[in-house]
Amino acid sequence: MTTIEHAIARSEHRNLLARMMNLQLFWVFVAAVVACLALTLLTDTFATERNLFNVARNFAFVGIIAIGMTTVIASGGIDLSVGSSVVLGAMVISVLMAGGMGFWLAASLSLGIVLLVGLLNGLLIAYGGMPAFVVTLGTLSGVRSLAMVLSDNKMMWEFGPDHGLLLWIGGGSTLGIPHPLYALALLAMIISLAFKWTRWGQYVFAIGGNENAALLTGIPVKRIKVSIYMFSAFTAGLAGILMAGWLGSVTTNLGQSMELTVIAAAVIGGANLAGGEGTAIGAVLGALLIEVIRNSMILLGISTFWQGMFIGTFIIVAVAFDRIRHFRS
Amino acid sequence: MSRLVLSGISKSYGAIQALSSVSLSLEPGQVLGLMGDNGAGKSTLVKIIAGNFAPSAGELKIDGKPVVFHKPKDAQREGIEVVYQDLALCDNLSAASNVFLGREAMARLGPLRYVDYRHMNEVAADLFKQLKSETRPRDLVRKMSGGQRQAVAIARTLLSKPKIVMMDEPTAAISVRQVQEVLDLIRRLRDQGITVILISHRMPDVFSVADRITVLRRGELVANKEASRSSPEEVTGLITGAIDAA
Ligand SMILES: Nc1ncnc2c1ncn2[C@@H]1O[C@H](COP(=O)(O)OP(=O)(O)OP(=O)(O)O)[C@@H](O)[C@H]1O
Ligand SMILES: [Mg+2]
Repeated sequence: MTTIEHAIARSEHRNLLARMMNLQLFWVFVAAVVACLALTLLTDTFATERNLFNVARNFAFVGIIAIGMTTVIASGGIDLSVGSSVVLGAMVISVLMAGGMGFWLAASLSLGIVLLVGLLNGLLIAYGGMPAFVVTLGTLSGVRSLAMVLSDNKMMWEFGPDHGLLLWIGGGSTLGIPHPLYALALLAMIISLAFKWTRWGQYVFAIGGNENAALLTGIPVKRIKVSIYMFSAFTAGLAGILMAGWLGSVTTNLGQSMELTVIAAAVIGGANLAGGEGTAIGAVLGALLIEVIRNSMILLGISTFWQGMFIGTFIIVAVAFDRIRHFRS
Repeated sequence: MSRLVLSGISKSYGAIQALSSVSLSLEPGQVLGLMGDNGAGKSTLVKIIAGNFAPSAGELKIDGKPVVFHKPKDAQREGIEVVYQDLALCDNLSAASNVFLGREAMARLGPLRYVDYRHMNEVAADLFKQLKSETRPRDLVRKMSGGQRQAVAIARTLLSKPKIVMMDEPTAAISVRQVQEVLDLIRRLRDQGITVILISHRMPDVFSVADRITVLRRGELVANKEASRSSPEEVTGLITGAIDAA
C-alpha cells in the first residue's frame, strides 16, 4: 500500500470508529455533566464536598461490577447473579474476619469463593449449553440464600483484629479520593487495555459478534466463556468486600437488585445486549450517570420508590437508542 | 502420493445418516467440484475434513499419513483451510482481525505480549492485494459488500500456506465480476499446488475450474470422475437421481 492509501484507510477508519463508538458515550457524558451543573444550581447540597464524596464512592461500586457485566454482555451473555455475589463476598469476609482471621487472607478466601460462583455459572453455560439468563437467575437465588445461611441472617458489624483496616480500605480515602474509586480506575484501565490488546479481549468480542465463527476458527470458546463469568463474579466479590468496609456492617439484603442497576449502567455505556460491543470506559460513564441521577432524586426530594422506574426506563431507552443506531447504519 | 485420501467416511446425527461410507482421493494441485442437492451431506464432509467433528466411522490420510482431528486447530496444523458457507465472520471486528481470527499475531513489549494490529493490517492488506480486492484491513466487516466479505474469508485461508483449501458455496452470494475473481483465485491456488475442494450449486462455475467432479446424493458418493469426461447434464441427472451412478 502507498502512504496515501494508508492515510486514507486510516482516516476513514478513524471517522468510522469515532461515529460508531463515541456517539453514545459522548451523549452519556454530556448528560452526566448537564445533570451535575443543574444540580449545582438547583440545590445547595449537591456540590458539597461530603455529597460529592458519597456520589464518587457509590458510583465506584456500580462501576466496578458494570465493567464485569460489560465483558459478559460483550460476549453475548448476561449475569444476573452479581447482586448475590456481592452479598456472598461481603458475608464470607465478615464471617472470617469476625472469627479472627486477618484482612488479606479473608479477602482472598472471599474472592476465591465468589470465583467458584462464576465458575459454576460459566461451566453450566459453556459446557452445559444452558441459557445464561436461566443459569444466573438460578444462582441469583441460590447464592443469596447461601449468604443468609452463612450469617444465620444476623447483621455482621464486628470484624475482628483487622476491623480498622477493612473500614479504611472500603470507606477511607487517600489524597481526598475514596479508595473504591482507585479500584475502579485501576480496573477500568486494565480491562480497557485487555479488551484491545490481548487475545482474550479479541475472543470476548469475537464470541459476542459471531459465536459460530469463533468456534469454527478454533477459538477456545468454552474456556473463554468460563473466564468471562468468573471475571464478572470477581468484580462483584471485589465490590462486596469494599462495600463491607464502607458500610461498616453487612446485612443479607446487601446488593439486592443491584444487577439491574449494573446492567443499566453497562447498556447506557454502550454495551450491546445482542453481543459484540461494549467498553470499560462506557461502563464507568454509565454508572456515573445513573448515580448522579439517583443522587439528584434524593436531593430534590423525589421518593426513592421511583428509582426502579428510572432504572427500567433507562435500560429500555438505551436499547431503543441502540436499535435506532443500527437501523440507520 | 495422494494429498488427501478418505476411506469409508460415515457420519450420523442421531437417526439421520448424513454420510455413508464415502471414499475418495485427491492429488496436489487438483480442483475437486463437490456437488449434491440440499442436505446431501456436502457441508458435513467438509466439516469432517476440517476437524469440526470426528466421523462416526472411516479414516483420513494426508500425504499418506493417517490423521485424526479433534478440533479445527489440528486440521489447520496439517494445512487444511476452509471458507465456510456462512463465511464465519465477526461483523463487529475489522477485516484484518477476521483474517487472523483464532491466530492473532502477537508482539512483545518486555515481558508482555500484545495483539500486533500493525502487522495484522499489513499482512491483510497484502493478501487483499493478491486477491485484487478493494478491501481495507481496518474496516469493520459489518460495512462490507458480499464480495468483500468473501475476500476476507478467502484471505483467511491463505494466511498459513495451506495444502488443502475447501470452499463451501463461495460464489453463491456475489456479483458476476466477483465470481470470476473467485474462480481466478481458485486457479491461482491450484497453480501453487494447493488442492481445492469447491462446493457449489452453480454448474458453470464448477465446470470452469474443476478437474474432478464428485457427486453426493443422500450421503452416498454416486460419482467421482474427471470433469472433462462428464457434462452438466450428466451431473444434474446424478444429483437428482435420474442417473443412478457414474
Ligand atoms: N448439526 C446437525 N444436527 C443434525 N442434523 C444435521 C446437522 N447438520 C446437518 N444435519 C443433517 O445432515 C444432512 C446433511 O447436511 P449438510 O449440511 O451436510 O448438507 P449440504 O449438502 O451441505 O446441504 P446444503 O446444500 O443445503 O448446504 C441433512 O439432512 C441435515 O439436515
Ligand atoms: Mg451446506
